[in-house]
Amino acid sequence: MTMSVPKKITFYTMLTVSAVILFFPIVYAFMISFMTGPEILQGKFFPESFHLDNYIRVFDRLPLLNYLLNSFIVSAGVMLGQLVVCSLAAYAFVFIPFRGSNFVFFLFISTMMIPWEATMIPNFFIIQNLNWLNTYQGLTLPFFALAFGTFLLRQHFKTIPKELHEASQVAGLGPFRFFLKVVLPVSKTSLVTLGAYGFLTTWNMYLWPLLVTTNNSVRTVQIGLKQLQSQEVATDWGVVMAGVIVVIIPTLLLLFLGQKQLQKGLTQGALK
Amino acid sequence: MKKVELIGISKSYDRQKDVISNIDVRIEPGEFFVLVGPSGCGKSTMLRMIAGLEEITGGTLKIGEQTANRLPPSRRDLSMVFQNYALYPHLSVEDNITFGLDVKKVPKAERKKRAQDTAEMLGLTDYMKRKPRELSGGQRQRVALARAIVSEAPICLMDEPLSNLDAKLRGHMRSEIRRIQRQLGITMIYVTHDQVEAMTMGDRIMILHEGKIQQIGSPIEIYNHPANPFVATFIGSPPMNLAQAEADPGTSSVILPGGEPIRLPEGAFEGIGKGPVTVGIRPEFLMPAQGTSEHPVFRAEVTNVEVLGHETVFSFLAGTEEWTAKWNGQWQIQPGDRIPIALDEESICLFDAKSGTLMKKPAARQLSVPAEGAAT
Repeated sequence: MTMSVPKKITFYTMLTVSAVILFFPIVYAFMISFMTGPEILQGKFFPESFHLDNYIRVFDRLPLLNYLLNSFIVSAGVMLGQLVVCSLAAYAFVFIPFRGSNFVFFLFISTMMIPWEATMIPNFFIIQNLNWLNTYQGLTLPFFALAFGTFLLRQHFKTIPKELHEASQVAGLGPFRFFLKVVLPVSKTSLVTLGAYGFLTTWNMYLWPLLVTTNNSVRTVQIGLKQLQSQEVATDWGVVMAGVIVVIIPTLLLLFLGQKQLQKGLTQGALK
Repeated sequence: MKKVELIGISKSYDRQKDVISNIDVRIEPGEFFVLVGPSGCGKSTMLRMIAGLEEITGGTLKIGEQTANRLPPSRRDLSMVFQNYALYPHLSVEDNITFGLDVKKVPKAERKKRAQDTAEMLGLTDYMKRKPRELSGGQRQRVALARAIVSEAPICLMDEPLSNLDAKLRGHMRSEIRRIQRQLGITMIYVTHDQVEAMTMGDRIMILHEGKIQQIGSPIEIYNHPANPFVATFIGSPPMNLAQAEADPGTSSVILPGGEPIRLPEGAFEGIGKGPVTVGIRPEFLMPAQGTSEHPVFRAEVTNVEVLGHETVFSFLAGTEEWTAKWNGQWQIQPGDRIPIALDEESICLFDAKSGTLMKKPAARQLSVPAEGAAT
């Protein structure tokens, strides 16, 4: 695309300004994580020196590595569960014609309109009665069936030419092998998108882990951060921010890696 | 190689109206059988029923000696080429070709060998590692073909495989498919809407219209003796000229709406009474009038002229109908001219005006071709 110089300058200025505004909280948190208490209170932006005291203290005070591991297991579990359940559900909606399939699908979709908080209490009772409090399955299982994910994958599966399905039928592929060998590889882009979405949402989840965990055994990082904040009368913000930075690193990593994958997938383009 | 037999096959989507009705045909082993008809005539549906992708609602389908109505597509021992090729976009050309073999548990070494042989046959060896999107239309077409051939199925179904190619490539692939079919001796069932493909490729052609068989026969037979006016206008380019006329066996002539009587040779009216008939004549039998022609000559006003280099195709008004004539060579004719046109009366065919059945066949084509300026 060619742009005139003044136009370019305007665009880049606007982009820079919005980037600075958006990124400011993270940068500020990053700066605070190197400051001592008095420095923070003085309202400085740059710390006097970059030392890792706050980071050492955050790992001292909390089993942060443990929390990170828990978060990772829970997020990865939810991601995999969502991918499996949603892709199979979407496959059924697209490739297996049955009576009322559209009705069932819209019923499925309509659950998107019910806020998650409304179903939280029944979900909690189920988990409690299954004795799944403080377990990984209690943290992950309620999130496997995701209407949004089914919808996303269904839309992608629908773009797969039906001739591919027919060609594999003629070649002798059963429904499940067609799913594994054709549908999934062809829909890699959507699967990556859904995977990243599922992972990040679960990583940032706060309320549900708070409800179903009562001890440190399976607690996730988001709760750990909250603990940092309320453990003392006067919160040591430097330590909290050090925790925050540690917690968002995996998220950012995933975003960067995922973005590359996504771009690759998107630029591949469809084959007529 | 296997035969395919359709006995009273019909198909209906709503249990009331048949989109295909009473198809009876026996496709011989090793035959190149073409299903041709205008779009929406049910030819693709018929192919898909043979493939097992569409349910058969009535009749019996036999593949080989076995009744195949309820067999799943994979057990029917056939391969299929789709109009849009249906290549797996995530697999390389080689994997696309061997995809079906993999499922059929063919040993790896043999898979490789068969893929190599097929690729060689179709000139694909240089592209084995490429993905389908990196290929041109013609190459994709070849991969689809290779996939069908490599399975070594005795029956191959093709659903308008050439319609996405440009004219030149289409001509080339036409002869290539025919060559491969002969070489391997497979039974081929080929669906097309293009009458040129049907004429040049088929051992036998079936013409379908509105779900019913119009005619089955060899291309030349169908061209020379079309069973009804639909077939007559569908096969041949430009199509056969038709006109409603009055038969008068007494004077052995037909009277065109313009009032022009055409005397037909002796015996032409055997079994035809006085009354309305449909007259048909192919454009190549409307010839330039020679000085003293033994054929009836009439003058007509030219409405449109196409000079194609080796021949000249022009249309003119014959009574109320617009007819087309095809003359060899480059003729200097202008729209609006009134020119004399000779009509080979022996090549006329007559159809029943109501039922459309062929009542008088045209004479054998080799006869009465004047030495000069005649059509091919």
